[in-house]
Amino acid sequence: MSMLEINEVSISFGGIKAVNGVSFSVEKGEVFSIIGPNGAGKTTVFNLISRFYNVDQGTIVFEGQDLTTVSTHQVGHHGIARTFQNTELFEHETVLNNLMIGHHVHRKTNLLKEIFYLPQVRNQDLDFRKNVEDVIDLMDLQNYREQVIGSLPYGARKMIEIARALCMQPKLLLLDEPSSGLNPEETEDLSFWIEDITEELDITVLMVEHDMNLVNQVSDRVMALADGELLAIGTPKEIQEHPEVLRAYLGN
Amino acid sequence: MRFVLKTRYGQDLDHFKHNGQRFWYGLLGAVVLALPIALSILHLDYFVGELTFVYIYAVAGVGLMLLVGYTGQVSLGHAAFLAIGAYAHVYFLKSGLPFAVSILCAGFLTAIVGGVIAIPALRMTGIYLAVATLAFSRIVEQVVGHWDSVTGGHRGTSVPDVNFFGISIFEPLVLHFVVLVILVFILVGALNLLRSPTGRAMIAVRDSEISAQAMGISLASVKTTAFAISAGISGIAGALLAHHSGYVTPETFTILLSIELLLMVVVGGLGSMQGVFYGAIFVVLLPTVIAFVRDYLPDDVGQMPGLQPGLFGLILVLFLVFEPLGIYGRWLKIRQFFSEFPLYRNATHKRQKTYLRTERVR
Repeated sequence: MSMLEINEVSISFGGIKAVNGVSFSVEKGEVFSIIGPNGAGKTTVFNLISRFYNVDQGTIVFEGQDLTTVSTHQVGHHGIARTFQNTELFEHETVLNNLMIGHHVHRKTNLLKEIFYLPQVRNQDLDFRKNVEDVIDLMDLQNYREQVIGSLPYGARKMIEIARALCMQPKLLLLDEPSSGLNPEETEDLSFWIEDITEELDITVLMVEHDMNLVNQVSDRVMALADGELLAIGTPKEIQEHPEVLRAYLGN
Repeated sequence: MRFVLKTRYGQDLDHFKHNGQRFWYGLLGAVVLALPIALSILHLDYFVGELTFVYIYAVAGVGLMLLVGYTGQVSLGHAAFLAIGAYAHVYFLKSGLPFAVSILCAGFLTAIVGGVIAIPALRMTGIYLAVATLAFSRIVEQVVGHWDSVTGGHRGTSVPDVNFFGISIFEPLVLHFVVLVILVFILVGALNLLRSPTGRAMIAVRDSEISAQAMGISLASVKTTAFAISAGISGIAGALLAHHSGYVTPETFTILLSIELLLMVVVGGLGSMQGVFYGAIFVVLLPTVIAFVRDYLPDDVGQMPGLQPGLFGLILVLFLVFEPLGIYGRWLKIRQFFSEFPLYRNATHKRQKTYLRTERVR
């Protein structure tokens, strides 16, 4: 059984069918990319998986559990982390605190224990901090640790957002255009990190991406969308030569 | 400049980050303990009362700061929570409960009301939430004014005397220390909360609701918790306020008090507990200063009705425009200027504009 199975999922906003009967599945351990022209419904698929939208039709099954009925914040607890296209970090907080917030799904203490700051709460925070430092080492963020997000350049923010998602120790990581706004050098670093994430941390990656170099470098499989409809699924090479995909991007 | 050598992760979790802070806060603590006793010996009981007043406002401010400064939920109705706490406390005292039990019950009751108010508030943000809480506070004001059997209606009700070790709470020094002890407990509790997962979840909700949800944070539970805790603390502040004035009437808990409280956290500095104290001192001292200055102004200005609320409003606007981080933010900048002295760069705190925002899912 696949890790994530999307079956005949549809959603429309008013008269526009943003996603129309799309089905695909993501296998454990792979890097699966979604490509498509603007307005193809890529981010909408992400928002459906992370339950920001309700599906009109179809099911989203993650590790045998139907996600279409769980509440938005429960998605993280199931082991799905995500990043956002234009970064959604906690602006007024330090990088360290952003990463600490990433551990929220692993919280075991309750309000009363926290008000009195029992040793259990402290130990939990120390454990979180150790994980944070591991992620900081992995992503090379040592220099940013104490800095406030608002003062950081965009490239750093993109990395910190991925780091924050990693702090959730997810099984599946959704990356929404991780390379947008990055320079070529940073994009190359990103491809190494994606490889590290899948190989060292054993995390499956589902990614929306426009940069075809990056897609070809890291993806095991690619899905092409256009106007909310599925065009093709296959290896990066197959997709690039697929006539339907070429037509969607280049016209007739 | 001070460089703190960190050798273990626990250092970042401590309330005091280095010995310098321990020293200065220790000194502050000593002054806070000694000052009222000195004032009392000098028979300046009025100033002991003013000090107590600052601390009571600080208690309410800690509650409001958790909600506005850390969770990002604006409330223009906190006077209502103070009213509920005050009347509940007086009612419980009159029913014969001891002081400690009564004030805890009053705080708990207010917390429940706050949690209930949070349910409709979950659907509103920003200005709409402010208006909704304002409406709530008007409702409470009316209920308090008309529920004669419990509240004494518009005439108000007197606060029963309470004895601590045989000394009446109406003795300024006794009330002062009772309030101080409660303030310290609440402040430490709030600071503990802020360095643990719940506090971080509140900050997450403030900065980005959408991303907080993706982190597995339930907006409903965080907002409800924040409202309940904030209301509970305000309720306790209300109970203390009742002891301070000795007599409670609905006129104490009008919209003006809500605005004063909001002014306190904004002027003090949103998002910092130190700001609460700057704000409290500011809000309590300002009327005194205005009363003093009034005599020196031309009659047309000095005797104008509404001078005080007008000035409050003006100051609030000026702070929002020129120093959104409040007095505490200004203090941090001044301190940085001196610690980096010849090397301070003018643009260090220049406000940046960011135009990037994810398409909001609403």
